[in-house]
Amino acid sequence: MQKFLFELNRDEDFQSRYAADRRGALAGFDLSDEEQRALTEPDIGLLFHIGVNGQILMHFAAFHSIEWQDYLQQMRDGIDTHGPVREGVYAVTGYEGVEAHSDRLGQTSNIEDGGN
Amino acid sequence: MPLVFAGVCSHAPGIVGRADQADPSAKDRLYDAFGDMRDRLEASKPDALIVVAAEHFANFFMNNMPSFAMGMADYYEGPIENPDWLGIQKTRIPGDKSLSERLIRKVMQKSDVSYAEEWKFDHGIMVPLHFLTPSYNLPIVPANINCQGPPLAPLHRAWAFGQALREAADSVPERIALIGTGGISHWPATPDSGKINEEWDRRFLDQWSRCDKDAMLSYDDSQSYLDAGQGAFEIRTFMTISAATEGIEGTVHFYEPIPIFAVGCTIATINL
Repeated sequence: MQKFLFELNRDEDFQSRYAADRRGALAGFDLSDEEQRALTEPDIGLLFHIGVNGQILMHFAAFHSIEWQDYLQQMRDGIDTHGPVREGVYAVTGYEGVEAHSDRLGQTSNIEDGGN
Repeated sequence: MPLVFAGVCSHAPGIVGRADQADPSAKDRLYDAFGDMRDRLEASKPDALIVVAAEHFANFFMNNMPSFAMGMADYYEGPIENPDWLGIQKTRIPGDKSLSERLIRKVMQKSDVSYAEEWKFDHGIMVPLHFLTPSYNLPIVPANINCQGPPLAPLHRAWAFGQALREAADSVPERIALIGTGGISHWPATPDSGKINEEWDRRFLDQWSRCDKDAMLSYDDSQSYLDAGQGAFEIRTFMTISAATEGIEGTVHFYEPIPIFAVGCTIATINL
């Protein structure tokens, strides 16, 4: 599954094929039904739960133009729905959140102002 | 000839891509520090810039993962990410295949480095270049240390890689600048993105600025993971610069946690 994302993230032709036919683009990769579903919807939270490396998942979310805060929330929702990350070093350790952290540092938060 | 410039900086994608979500004054302070670093780099009149980065499965993957790799091409491309997301448009970045080959041959005397004639830069290199060589007119020699997929090369091997880079730079007539880019403590690309252990960062940067080899080599990945996140594996890039300038102190010009950028943003140079 991670090999699929690795190839997709770095190959614009592959990205075009995936955009035209998501399920067809999976041909040739050894994927479970769960993995195929996560990759075609796409289900960022499920992919994070399964243990996809965070960096290639971040690039995949960016490819789908998922806004930053939504992307973070989808990962949180994935953990709430499916349970802890199954494997890998990208996991959840607990955090007060960017807005609270920024406030504590005396920085203003412009997250609601839009942007990426 | 001896290195003409050495330093380290952050490379987090949010530094450019989420600039409008940051505290404006904090962002401006960081951008000013990047501008000062660019001025110092340009003043050194380099012929080429070696960028020691920790790329993120853009080129190197678990099917064939080198601990250390260097680029050997006349040009590179980047970023691989969605340009609108990163805030940096796709472009061609000049390289220097001849210089790379001479450097790599020398590095190989002391370090088992792989080479790559193709390399697509991700934010790990593109964000520093966006600030330091915004016209993309300086030949780049990319270098990568696997900080993504364990097992990772031990820290002392990163040190040896830095020493080998120094000897390689010394061996060529070109004026070589060297930067390392990475995070210190951070939990990037997780729901905890934005978490920063400032105390851990400041302790490491104090050790880095004093080129305290023993202290830096004493870090343990398992403990760093608990204290500073998986992003802390990237201290290898900073330590490589220390090794390449062993015995020379550095100056931390800027350090400030900026949570929306997901890292304690750092700009530092070696006092060459």
